[in-house]
Amino acid sequence: MSSTDISLHKDVHSGHDDHHDDHHEQSFIEKYIFSQDHKVIGKQFLFAGLFWAIIGGTFSSLFRFQLGFPEATFTFLEPILGKWVDGGKLNPEFYLALVTMHGTIMVFFVLTAGLSGTFSNFLIPLQIGARDMASGFMNMLSFWFFFLASVIMFYSIFLETGPAAGGWTVYPPLSALPQAISGSGAGMTMWLVSMALFIVSQLLGGVNYITTVINLRTRGMSMAKLPLTIWAFFLTAVLGLLAFPVLFSAALLLIFDRSFGTSFFLSDIYVAGEALTHTGGSPVLFQHLFWFLGHPEVYIVILPTFGIVSEVIATNARKPIFGYRAMIGSMLGISILSFIVWAHHMFVSGMNPFLGSVFMFLTLIIAVPSAVKVFNWLATLWRGNINFTPAMLFSVAFVSLFITGGVTGIILGNSALDIQMHDTYFVVAHFHLVMGSAAFFGMFAGVYHWFPKMFGRMIDEKLGYVHFWITFVCAYLIFMPMHYLGIAGFPRRYYTWTGFETFNKFLDMNSFITIAAIFVFFAQFIFIFNFIYSIFRGRRATENPWKSNTLEWTTPVNPGHGNWPGPLPVVYRWPYDYSKPGAPQDFIPQNVPYSQTQSSNLPYERDFE
Amino acid sequence: MSQTTTFEQPNTGTWDGGNEPFKASYGKLMMWFFLLSDAFTFAAFLTTYGLARHRHHAYEGTPEAFTFSTQWWPIPEKVFNAFPGFHGVDWPLAFVALMTMILILSSVTMVLAVEAGHRMDKNDVQKWLLWTILFGSMFLGCQAWEWTHFISGTDEGMKLANGSVIHGANLIVNQYGPPLFADLFFFITGFHGTHVFSGVVLLIMIFINTVNGVYHRRGHYEMVEKVGLYWHFVDLVWVFVFTFFYLV
Repeated sequence: MSSTDISLHKDVHSGHDDHHDDHHEQSFIEKYIFSQDHKVIGKQFLFAGLFWAIIGGTFSSLFRFQLGFPEATFTFLEPILGKWVDGGKLNPEFYLALVTMHGTIMVFFVLTAGLSGTFSNFLIPLQIGARDMASGFMNMLSFWFFFLASVIMFYSIFLETGPAAGGWTVYPPLSALPQAISGSGAGMTMWLVSMALFIVSQLLGGVNYITTVINLRTRGMSMAKLPLTIWAFFLTAVLGLLAFPVLFSAALLLIFDRSFGTSFFLSDIYVAGEALTHTGGSPVLFQHLFWFLGHPEVYIVILPTFGIVSEVIATNARKPIFGYRAMIGSMLGISILSFIVWAHHMFVSGMNPFLGSVFMFLTLIIAVPSAVKVFNWLATLWRGNINFTPAMLFSVAFVSLFITGGVTGIILGNSALDIQMHDTYFVVAHFHLVMGSAAFFGMFAGVYHWFPKMFGRMIDEKLGYVHFWITFVCAYLIFMPMHYLGIAGFPRRYYTWTGFETFNKFLDMNSFITIAAIFVFFAQFIFIFNFIYSIFRGRRATENPWKSNTLEWTTPVNPGHGNWPGPLPVVYRWPYDYSKPGAPQDFIPQNVPYSQTQSSNLPYERDFE
Repeated sequence: MSQTTTFEQPNTGTWDGGNEPFKASYGKLMMWFFLLSDAFTFAAFLTTYGLARHRHHAYEGTPEAFTFSTQWWPIPEKVFNAFPGFHGVDWPLAFVALMTMILILSSVTMVLAVEAGHRMDKNDVQKWLLWTILFGSMFLGCQAWEWTHFISGTDEGMKLANGSVIHGANLIVNQYGPPLFADLFFFITGFHGTHVFSGVVLLIMIFINTVNGVYHRRGHYEMVEKVGLYWHFVDLVWVFVFTFFYLV
């Protein structure tokens, strides 16, 4: 298999143009299921991501219902939840399983696989001018490993003992001892197996994205002419490549602790009066290993959307992106810093306060490159000739959410303040705004923007506006009040809080959040409907509907395998020549040479003529 | 588009696209990045080792008076001092030194196989690959013996406070010291051994391909080079494992 496969790929990459003239008929399975075409694999990731987003969203609605209406009965959900509804009440352990799975699904399956899986696969070859990924076969494997991980994770939801319930961070000893809670039994084992497969999938995808960007850029596409999306996907892949193996190590060690009696993370524990044999291990070590992945992971989630948003804002503001090199530099800075701040998740783990102050210092530095990005987006919008397409609205809202969620990050990054805020709804509000909602908005922006390229049809704008406004308003309605809850000390992950006198006065606020959350969940079905309807019935797209400069818009409306029917395009300029003075149109695609744009060339560009 | 290229050419620098900036094919780059990633996996394990060791007391008496105890981390020379066929003889680190030599030798023969591939010398590639497979398998065999000895333990064993004696080690009890010492030994050398084993499987696969002339027909032996990168990496990791477990 391996030898035949490799010789097959050589043909694709050496750029034999005659290769694309012979259209050998592909079977349905080869074309849509076990496809090696990056565009199909990207769409597979998108559909899988949407599926998981619906599951993750449903879970959040369920536990929000419990939080907002603690006296309510769940009898009407018995047909679906079965024994998890106990005498009309949601089973407390199932509540923990719901929050755990909501976190796992959203962070890994939707905002990692669904986001960078979709857009890295779809856009990297199209925007750098390549026929396909470096290795289509490994790319296909990447999706199918993800699929296998998904099947196992999905199956674990239906176990009688329930899926993993120790929180998405699966801290031992809770997660390491099956006798601790029912969610630490078979569900936890399947969680670990699923995540190990997921990491393999990320690795296969990651090496592909990186090598493709390095080796397969078309002629003239220097690193300084890459669209910011590609820089973002490239750095995301590097982060994943370096961070995920550490989670892999942690997961393997945890599997050994759980199943084979080792003591890596366990030390001198009594469960139900019985002393366990484990001795000498350190649960804090797991936190270190986990967050060494976990912190870069939040940038794996947000970096791709940085790229998408930069691209969408520049295109729709009809202006060059402000500070192109500063944008790249800040992404590089964020990527490097993301590896040396992990312990800010552990300020209350008993670590040395001096160490805490070092991590606090490093954490606060991240505000600088983040602010550079925000100011650059705002400066790009400044006096732009803005087209408010749905993608643009989502991008502008992304900037808003990123600011709102980002400033609370500065509060949480302070170790002294974090001791008060730790594990309260303030934290929940912070990361749901800055990496949850913001990343979702970036993903929506990407889907609305590249929908014409993906499916050859336009997605309906009116429904897009309805979807946007409901989602945007509700995102703030949900997460703004949570800041107040958190400052009041309201703890996260609590099944019931009505027993605490202090928190009872927040009943109304919790109900309000829940109503907004469930409302916005149902509003997403407007998007789902719009998405599926437009694939089949949408207005037919033109080649370049947004008058954009990047190379994907120089392909046919429905690009075939190999992307360009003729020779590969050649690149002469950066991707942000919008509204250049003297040019007849307000955009100059990257493949237009300077000799054809003499009216708009700047003095130093005359050398290129 | 084809017309535009007649007017002018795009830039053609190292990083200007349309070429391979590192002068390495995508396959070789992928191997490099995979190894980078794998290095982080091993780094996490060795960090775990360092931290576990730091949490335990070191032995403070004279080396002559050393006995195995769960109170302190053992001195490696006292644990790894056996040699096959020399029962009860104290040869500190002799066997592991031999194992290390074998693995380093296999790296040398691997280099020779890659070099033969550059010369398109099919017979030499076969010869050196076979040597590499042999040394790799020998290393695995040695490791199997070392594990067996580690599991079955020494004649003296470790005396517990209640007077009973335990021999050998598994993941839960350990005659040589704290349980974590054995846990980490099994886990890390086992993980490395799995890598060596995968390497031997890969070597056998490319050996069969070489014999069948697959690479000769393809016109290059790059696959041998890629597996070679992996093999040297595994060798390098052993140097670190060796240092952590046996030397310090």
